[in-house]
Amino acid sequence: MNALARWFGKTPEPVLAVEQAALRSDRFRLEREADWKRLEAIVTRMEKGRLSRVSDEDILALPVLYRTVASSLSVARETSLDAATLAYLESLAQRAWFLVYGPRAGLWGWFRRFLGGEWSRAVRSIGFDIAVALAVMIAGAVVGWLLVAGDPEWYGALIPEGLADVRRPGADAETLRGTLYGSDGEDGMSLFAAALFSNNAQVAILAFALGFAFAIPSLLLLVHNMAGLGAMLWLFDQAGLLPDFVAWLSVHGTTELFAILLAGAAGIHVGRAIAFPGEAAVLDAAAAAGRRAAQVMVGVVLMLIVAAILEGFFRQLILDPVARVALGSFMLVFWLGYFIAWRRGRSGLA
Amino acid sequence: MNAAIRTRARPVTDAERRRRRVITPEGVALDFTVASRASRAGAVIIDLILIGLAMLISTLLLLLLLFGALQVPENLLERGEGPAARAFQFFAVLWIVAMFLFRNAYFLFFELRPRGATPGKRLAGIRIAARNGGQLTAEAVIARNLTRDIELFLPALFFAQASATGSDMGEAGFAALVWLVVILAIPIANRDHLRAGDIVAGSWVVETPRTRLATVLATGTAAHSGRSEVTGAQFRFGEAELGVYGEYELQVLERVLRDDRAENLAAVTETICRKIGWEPGRGDERAFLEAFYTQLRARLEKGMRFGKRKADKFAEIASESPREGGGLRR
Repeated sequence: MNALARWFGKTPEPVLAVEQAALRSDRFRLEREADWKRLEAIVTRMEKGRLSRVSDEDILALPVLYRTVASSLSVARETSLDAATLAYLESLAQRAWFLVYGPRAGLWGWFRRFLGGEWSRAVRSIGFDIAVALAVMIAGAVVGWLLVAGDPEWYGALIPEGLADVRRPGADAETLRGTLYGSDGEDGMSLFAAALFSNNAQVAILAFALGFAFAIPSLLLLVHNMAGLGAMLWLFDQAGLLPDFVAWLSVHGTTELFAILLAGAAGIHVGRAIAFPGEAAVLDAAAAAGRRAAQVMVGVVLMLIVAAILEGFFRQLILDPVARVALGSFMLVFWLGYFIAWRRGRSGLA
Repeated sequence: MNAAIRTRARPVTDAERRRRRVITPEGVALDFTVASRASRAGAVIIDLILIGLAMLISTLLLLLLLFGALQVPENLLERGEGPAARAFQFFAVLWIVAMFLFRNAYFLFFELRPRGATPGKRLAGIRIAARNGGQLTAEAVIARNLTRDIELFLPALFFAQASATGSDMGEAGFAALVWLVVILAIPIANRDHLRAGDIVAGSWVVETPRTRLATVLATGTAAHSGRSEVTGAQFRFGEAELGVYGEYELQVLERVLRDDRAENLAAVTETICRKIGWEPGRGDERAFLEAFYTQLRARLEKGMRFGKRKADKFAEIASESPREGGGLRR
């Protein structure tokens, strides 16, 4: 009978009157049991994730009942030795706490707030790290250029075979021009874009996650990637195609390099907080930095989607170098404007 | 905590050692039990199997759709033209996006829900929470799961690559291996079993409490008046007899009464009688134990109200709560 009631999710009703209890602490329990049971029912429903089945009344009651149970718990801890009731109250208070302090508003609500100001605020808050990452990236590109200029053998070391294809030292200008303006398989574009995004996003996530080791691997990753770019810049400069290459790159590069910059900066931010926590405890500093950097990272993934679309579609469709530069610059101005000028979220929260 | 008491008392259990007290923003003290490493490892293995299955099934489904329902001839795959090639591309894009989402969004999706646990964690009875007792933010969940990439997927990729290309990894490979060992050693090295992602996110993994409210134990006449309805015997215990035991023994007695197994009741009755120097009577052990339980609890709870607690039979009466401390260092 009991088991059957439990099966259908009903708790057997207490049939005890308060007077029947022999002990003071049992009377305390019987007087408050109804509130506890009500909270348990609400919590159980909410845990199942069916918020539509929880009435507004119950949602409003949740924090109040949570405080009631929490105070019951602290009173019971000091006055009752009924282990079963204590365990129940501990468990119920924790379950209610998980809900009261759980993730708010779901994924979608969070995403709206994210786009509406939280993202740009997070980016602005790691400004110092962005400056460091930018310096490192520029240094990486310069180093790549200088290395290859000094000894073209370096080219093979900096650029993986598969990526280089025909773009190798000694290739004539016509071949190189072909890689910039050729429309190799227009029908492969969407596939190309998706593969690019998946790969780039994974690299960006890696750059962030590696920040955990005092940011050093993040920096190395940035230098390595940018050295490859520097080597390519040198290659096209040798063929007199530097402006065309920059135009070709700028279509998606302003977005993609910006995203990689932010990912590296996020990694540096976390690594810096762990290496130099300042006044806070290391764990607290890491946690605060990690949350800020995580917001930046979601943005990075979004930017890489945009970059992949630009790279996969528009770069093949727009062949005029001036139009390419215009599109690339527009994207750059757009991102800068969004991150620096978009401050709506701040006034609401200040 | 009073070390002198603890040395002679019962040993601390594993669950007690994993208990941490957290003060929530309202000032409520909650006792969390940090999830054991075994249950976390089990949870992640279940999750990985589920992800692998999801990847496999979605890949097979897409292939089935492509070659079965759409009747795409296989020879068109190599740089074909026309609708068939476009369909193939569409499916390939779908596949790439789906794989990316399985790898990155699986943990995010489940941990952002009210339960705060992936299917693997749910089965293991654990969930994530904010370490400081405050709000578990979406950013924290994202941070702990992006870091998972270097902890879980990078090693997998790394070893897959190493086994595919042979063993010519050299010094870089060795350095990478050391790095992975360090990352994997983090949860073993710290007290709260935090992995790198937990450190970055300010989260931890705790056991999900799930306790039902048990019935009120002592309500019969034996509890009220100390008289057995079966034998008519009257149980009334004096200070000296009740003073033998403490809170720990009371809780053991509570468990015995809740289990309600005749042989245990008899054995415990005999032990108590021997201890307090009574002649163990036969017939209604439960009434005897209920009466003893009620009177012992009344006495100990009365002591509590005056700030005097007795942890177990070895303890002298302590004026500060003796059950504090031990595993509860927070």
